[in-house]
Parts: sequence; structure tokens; C-alpha cells
Amino acid sequence: MHFAAKDVTCIRGDRLVFADLSFALASGEALLLRGRNGSGKSSLLRIAAGLLEPASGSLILDDVDRLADPDRFRDAVAYVGHLDPLKAVLSIAENLDFWWRLHGRRGTVDAALARFGLDDLAAIPARYLSAGQRRRVNLARLFVAPAPLWLLDEPTTGLDAASIAALVDAIAEHRGGGGAVMVATHIDIDLPGHRTLALDAVAAGGAP
Amino acid sequence: MNGFFTVLVRDVGLAYRQGGAALLAVAFFVVVVTLFPLGIGPESEILSRISAGVVWTAALLAALLSLDRMFQADLEDGSLDLLAMAPVPMAAIVLAKCAAHWITTALPLIVVAPVLAILMQMPTEGLAVLLASMLLGTPALSLLGGIGAALTAGIRRGGVLLSLLVLPLYIPVLIFAVGAVDASIGGLAARPHLLLLAAVTLVSSVIAPIAGAAAIKLALE
Repeated sequence: MHFAAKDVTCIRGDRLVFADLSFALASGEALLLRGRNGSGKSSLLRIAAGLLEPASGSLILDDVDRLADPDRFRDAVAYVGHLDPLKAVLSIAENLDFWWRLHGRRGTVDAALARFGLDDLAAIPARYLSAGQRRRVNLARLFVAPAPLWLLDEPTTGLDAASIAALVDAIAEHRGGGGAVMVATHIDIDLPGHRTLALDAVAAGGAP
Repeated sequence: MNGFFTVLVRDVGLAYRQGGAALLAVAFFVVVVTLFPLGIGPESEILSRISAGVVWTAALLAALLSLDRMFQADLEDGSLDLLAMAPVPMAAIVLAKCAAHWITTALPLIVVAPVLAILMQMPTEGLAVLLASMLLGTPALSLLGGIGAALTAGIRRGGVLLSLLVLPLYIPVLIFAVGAVDASIGGLAARPHLLLLAAVTLVSSVIAPIAGAAAIKLALE
């Protein structure tokens, strides 16, 4: 898998967030997004996920432009945003099961639950979960709908040390299996051999 | 098709577990219709004359009640992002949500409508056609409502705006449905009215998924 952004410009409202941003990401690589609040980390991840249209520029997956084959592009990315999409009245297992079936998969979500130590909580309605537990369910979705490129927006919010370790393990295993990650985070997590994209520099007009 | 049913089953299940929505719409429907005999007086001739219009108008308003949450709930908790990224066309998801709205809101209204029609002194010749008109016409309410719900998903307290957007679109449904019931009571053929009503539903079943999907794309920006 080879993912690249070419001259991507993002405008939110009337404000230019970043301009002419280019980067590439190959199998096994990790890209860490850094920048102050409002520097466009979340916007860049949403653009990469195909949820936000860039004002200009293009996204390329394995030499094919996103607009030429949107379906293939969509299947290649998994996105964990800063909202945890859980329905309060459904149990954790039911919440995950919905995304599982929407992606056309059969079987059970037990393996995904186990990844973030949620086995014991599977039958509990999501309304009783703490913020950290909700985030763990959200992260477990990465194993419900596997995709080669993970886009993680502040994935450690609310997580305890053990869960952050589980996340670091999951990312390492994903990269070992030929996947790639783009992570926006404020705390330092262990990403061996990662590259950093400083969005402040891009916004100021400098080179990344 | 699989994705359509997955979303449909989930939304119907959610409405059932959260409770209230269907019951609320039915209670509203019953209360609004019972206000008319109280306000106009018990003369059965007048009530019978306006029965079809009152039942249908109250049904339109009741159908509006649960519309505003159709997409808003999913937008607020981030589910809509993931639905947009799922390997299911957005148009199919919009159609599934409209179908879920019809099952959870319109179907209970159809069940109680004959009782309310009898309360309004509707002649018995009209009851069967009233049921037929509701079965043919209420899917259009859910579908056209879905367009409005998608357009106002990103707006806080967009319920009033939603009503202003959607109610004018409901006018053809109201006219043909009441026309059908009145025709059957007056001894005329209800069929042309019902066919036109079915046409409105068919046209909206084509337009609503496309327009709704486009509106959702804007809401996610």
C-alpha cells in the first residue's frame, strides 16, 4: 500500500488552515501529526478519510487518484475520530456488531473486543461506560473493519496506561502486517521509526 | 441490499429500545384529533364532513415529531462519519432511515387512524379508503421528511425549520389522500386519487435518497 497527498489545501469557513501540503506513506510507516490547536490535524485526517473535500490538491492510493476510484480508497482507510460513535441503549457487543455487519462480515466480534480488554464488558449498555471505556470500544472498531491505513485523531484521550500500551501494541502489529498509520496526538506514544509532520510550519508557509 | 437491512434493523431496534418515539407520535395524533370535536361541537354532520381532513392533517403533524432526530443523533455521536465511510451507498442508508421512520412512526399512526376516524363520525364507506390512502401516502411523508431531516441535521434546534421545509412538500399528499376519502364517501371513484397518491410516493422514493445523500455530504463538511 502506498498513500500520498499532493498539494492539499484546506480552507475552513474563510480561513486558510494549511496550503500545498504533500506527504507520502508506505506500508509499515507511521506519520505523527503535530501542531497547536486549530493547526488542521483533525481536518487533515478527515480529508484523508474522504469525509472532507480538500479545497485543492489530490489524494493518491497506489498511483490511483481518489476521485478515480472512491470505493477502493474508502475500503483502504479506517478512521477513529474524537467522537465515540456508541449508541447508549445498545451493549458494547451490539454496537460493534452493527459496524461489523455493515462491512459485510459474518461471525462474532469477540476477537475485536479482546484486543482492548472489553470481553467482560461486552453485554453492558454503552450508557454506563466511562470515557476511557468508550474510547476503547471506538478503537476496537479498527479490528471490526480492518483497513490498511489507520487514521487516528487523538486516540489516547481518556485512556489509562494499560490501554495506551494495548494501542501501541496494536499499532506495532498493524505496521508489522503491512499497514500504515497517521496519528494526531499531543502526548508522546511509542511509535518506533515514525516521521513527524509539523502542521504549524505548513500553516506559516514553510516547508513541512 | 445487505447494508440497507443492517441500518434498517439497527434504527428500528434503537427506536424500540429508546421507547417513546412511536408512543409519543400516536399520543400526539390522538390528542390533536380529539381536540376537534371539543372545539367544533358534537354535531355529527360537521365532524363527518371534516373527518378525513382532520385525521390526515393530524397524521402529517405527528409524523413530523420524530423526524428531526433521524440524522442528527448519528451526526452528534460521529456515527454518520462512519456510515459515510461504510461500503454502502449513502442513498441506501438514507432510504433505510426513511423506512425505519415509517415503521416506527407511521405504522402505529395507521393502526389508530380508523378508530379516530370513527370518533370523527366518518361514514363507514370511507374507512377502507382512509386506510388505503394512509398505506399509500405515509411512505411519502417519511421520504420527503428524510430530505428535510438531512438538510437540517447540522442545525441546533432545527425542528421548526424542518417543519417549515417539509410541510409544504406534504401538501400534494394531503390533497390526494383527503380527495380519495371524500370521493368514496360521496359515492365517487377513489381510485384516481389513490393512483395519484401512489405516484407521489413513487416519485419521492426516487428523489429522497439522492437529495438526502447530497444533503448529508454537506452536513459532514
